[in-house]
Amino acid sequence: MAASRSCHIFKFIRQNTKCLHGINSVNNQTCRYTTTADNLVYRDEGILYRSAPLDLLSDEEKMMRETVSRMANEKIKPFVREMDTNSDVNPSVMEALFQNGLMGVEVESEYGGSESTFFNMTLVVEELAKVDPAISVICDVQNTLITSLFRQYGTKEQKAKYLPRLCTDMVGSFCLSESESGSDAFALKTAAVKQGDHYIINGSKCWITNATMAKVFLVMANAKPTDGYKGITCFIVDRDTEGVSIGRKEDKLGIRASQTATVTFENVKVPESNILGQFGHGYKYAIEMLNEGRIGIGAQMLGLAEGCFENTIPYCKERKQFGKRIFDFQGMQHQISNVAMQIEAAKLLVYNAARRKEAGLPFVKEAAMSKLYASEVATLTTSKCIEWMGGVGFIKDYPIEKYYRDCKIGTIYEGTSNIQLNTIAKCIDQEYS
Amino acid sequence: MSAYRVLVGCKRVIDYAVKIRVKPDKLGVVTDGVKHSMNPFDEIAIEEAIRLKEKKLASEVVAFSCGPTASQETLRTAMAMGADRAIHVEIDGKEAETLQPIHVAKLLSKVAQEEKIDIIMLGKQAIDDDCNQTAQMTASLLNWPQATFASKIENDNGSFKVTREIDGGLETIKVKLPAVISADLRLNEPRYATLPNIMKAKKKPLAKKKPSDYGVEVKAHQQVLKVEDPPVRQAGQKLETVEDLVVKLKDGGFV
Repeated sequence: MAASRSCHIFKFIRQNTKCLHGINSVNNQTCRYTTTADNLVYRDEGILYRSAPLDLLSDEEKMMRETVSRMANEKIKPFVREMDTNSDVNPSVMEALFQNGLMGVEVESEYGGSESTFFNMTLVVEELAKVDPAISVICDVQNTLITSLFRQYGTKEQKAKYLPRLCTDMVGSFCLSESESGSDAFALKTAAVKQGDHYIINGSKCWITNATMAKVFLVMANAKPTDGYKGITCFIVDRDTEGVSIGRKEDKLGIRASQTATVTFENVKVPESNILGQFGHGYKYAIEMLNEGRIGIGAQMLGLAEGCFENTIPYCKERKQFGKRIFDFQGMQHQISNVAMQIEAAKLLVYNAARRKEAGLPFVKEAAMSKLYASEVATLTTSKCIEWMGGVGFIKDYPIEKYYRDCKIGTIYEGTSNIQLNTIAKCIDQEYS
Repeated sequence: MSAYRVLVGCKRVIDYAVKIRVKPDKLGVVTDGVKHSMNPFDEIAIEEAIRLKEKKLASEVVAFSCGPTASQETLRTAMAMGADRAIHVEIDGKEAETLQPIHVAKLLSKVAQEEKIDIIMLGKQAIDDDCNQTAQMTASLLNWPQATFASKIENDNGSFKVTREIDGGLETIKVKLPAVISADLRLNEPRYATLPNIMKAKKKPLAKKKPSDYGVEVKAHQQVLKVEDPPVRQAGQKLETVEDLVVKLKDGGFV
């Protein structure tokens, strides 16, 4: 019975399903999308999209999550407080990230990467953020911006030169923001002037994540200002190139272990072969990467909220006031449930955006929504958790106050909350045109 | 001297960090929706086998598990850590619940013979039933020497010098191969399955077998009558002075 019924369903679906954009076509039946072990998109004779729960993980995804969670708890957790106080990363933590393949999650194995999926990358970022959001962002930037740009636009030589090192011992840094161009990114002033077969780069980049430990920078500079933003080009600049200098590291509110600084380029001479991708396409790459990157930040904020929540609930179930556990007060229960629901909603937004990206479906709106929402949920969760913990939530002996400080960046970097709203509105505008 | 072939048992158990709950019918513990992972002692066994391979003492490491389909996850983990291939003997729900060390030992001994294994490396016990029988039974069925509770293993020209943790301290014995070795906690510190190795493990072969393929019957020889929670520990008491403590100890008949 089951067989005949499912046959009927196949037929129904085949007749009624519009094929998803960019994957395959109903009419010519040339579906190339094959079944993945994780039941993400299931294809059976013709086209069938079986929808599995978003948070149902494949064996491989589960294994990734477990291994990262264990590593984070054993190798990173002991240093979290110290790294936050010193605004520095413990070298053993960086070593653990590289050794376990977390710095090149999607990079092909021929370059020494893990050759895994975008979704797994978001799981890695989420698990790291549960333990330390600052370490999580180091990993996130390396994966969603740096290796991603090299993989998609690098020449064979550029890939061969940088990817193996980015997977094993080299941190990369993405240089877009300037003092006068933050949200208005394409008003950037850093200029690249051609001189023979070289370019001379001059300018200063602000708020650069991982700047102090980076050995390579991807620098957005305008090489043809007369074309406006269409002159923006992406250059690969090695740290030891003459004229590159790093300012003092910023003394930040949160994610302190991840070092942020100004990077200045003073008559920095790079060969033309250091252009990444096409001349004048830098703005496109920046937009594309940040669209994907937002899913990563969403995952970071999700992990942060989860980590904070997990560190708080056991205390609420232990702490007694007025003769009962504070968890047993209905006023507390309703607040806790409300936060738990929002974390769940953020998780579904993040996972769905990541799964869409991986399936080759449009994801710009979903990515913006996931980042915006997850960062708001993180803000609410951490604030509430401090209140539930009371005095001990407010002191540094417990991890809660750090989550509260760390979450604030989520509404600022890789596009502020207002910029996310702009992006979402742009998508809606198009949908209804 | 040729390199050895190592067979490692990998049991899927409820994760060590999970709080165990007894089922309402008192005939077992809740396993649905509960996180499972590889028995920690088996992880140590796998690690030791991989180290033998890295030292070129072992030529192949075969991971073995018997149990429901989900056991394959455990085997993938073993392969992600470094095992070359895996054998899964599928045993379904009910039968898996009543599976006993003797069944596993019979399967292991058959596999060992079929695969021409030189060393069977096992965890000293599983953290769910704490039986601590499989290694001993397997050695007996094969008539091989056994070195249980190993905390150090050294190669000694074709035989192995094994340091064992015993009640009075440490005992060092020498075993000739083929042999069964069971791993104790301090033998090594298992590695993580790194991301690249998790991806590579997907491509390693995993053979799916049934108990009948090895001529082993996994019929239950015993019946679980009742599973109960351990008694709840009474809360302690804080005392102000040493005198109070002495009085309490005397009252309780402890001194």
